Amino acid sequence: MDRKLDAELLAMTNRPRLRSPLGRARGLGSAKDGVAAWWLERVTAIALVPLTLWFTASLLALSGGDHAAFLKWLKTPLASLCMVLLLSALFSHLALGLQVVIEDYVHSWAKIPAIVAARFACFALCVAGILATLRIALGT
Amino acid sequence: MSTSSGRPLSPRLQIYRPQLTSVLSFTHRLTGLIMGLYAVALVVWLVAAAAGSQPYSSVQTFIHSGVGQVLLFAGTWCFFLHLCGGIRHLFWDAGRGFELSTIYVSGWIVVAASAVLTVATWIASWMLSSSR
Repeated sequence: MDRKLDAELLAMTNRPRLRSPLGRARGLGSAKDGVAAWWLERVTAIALVPLTLWFTASLLALSGGDHAAFLKWLKTPLASLCMVLLLSALFSHLALGLQVVIEDYVHSWAKIPAIVAARFACFALCVAGILATLRIALGT
Repeated sequence: MSTSSGRPLSPRLQIYRPQLTSVLSFTHRLTGLIMGLYAVALVVWLVAAAAGSQPYSSVQTFIHSGVGQVLLFAGTWCFFLHLCGGIRHLFWDAGRGFELSTIYVSGWIVVAASAVLTVATWIASWMLSSSR
C-alpha cells in the first residue's frame, strides 16, 4: 500500500488528528531524518565508554612522566589506534550534542549558522587531533 | 518553538522546585558542554606534544599549576558525571528504569559513583606519580 492511499484512508476515518491543519500547511513536523542523528549519538556514546576509560587509565599511567614517555606511549599501535578512535567518536558525539543544545535554545536566524559553525569546529578539531597523533605515531 | 503564533507557553522553569531528576537532566547537558571544552584541551595537548618537547612542557606546566589542577579535578568529576549519567540515559533508551523509584535510585547512584570514581582516580594518580 502506498503512503498516499494510507493518508486518504486515515482522512476518511473521522479520528481526531494530532497535527493541526495550520501546522500541516506550514510544513511543520518530522523531517524524517531525526532517527539517524539520535542513533549515531547513542552509538558514539557506547563507543566512548571504553575509549574514555582507556584514556583515563592511560593518563594515570602517564602521570609524572615526561615528553619522551608520552611519545613512547602514543607510538604504541594500540595507543595510536585508540586515540584516533577516541577523537573520531568524541567529536562526532560532541557535534550531535551541540546541535541538540543549539536547536533547543537558539530560535533566531542564528540557529543554522550556529549548527554549521559547531560542525566545522568539531570536524577541524578532530582532524587536528588525528594529524597530531599520526605525526607522533609515524614520526621517527 | 515559535512565539509569534501567540499560543500560551508552558510555565517558566524557575517556578519549579529543583528535584534530583531535573537537576541531573540539566547537569548532564551542562557537563556535556563542559566536556566539549576539555575536548578542545585534549587537541591542544596532542598538538603541543607533536610540536615538540618545549610546547609540551609549557602545557604540562600549566596542567601542574594550581589553576590547572583545579580545572583537571573539575574536569574529572564532569567526565564521570557525564559518563555515569550517559549510561543511565542508555538504559532509558533501551526502555528500562522508568519507574519513579528506579529513577531516583539510579540518579543517586550516578551522583555517588561519579564522586567515588573521581576521588579514586585522583588517589591513584597521586600514588602513581609519587612512586616515580
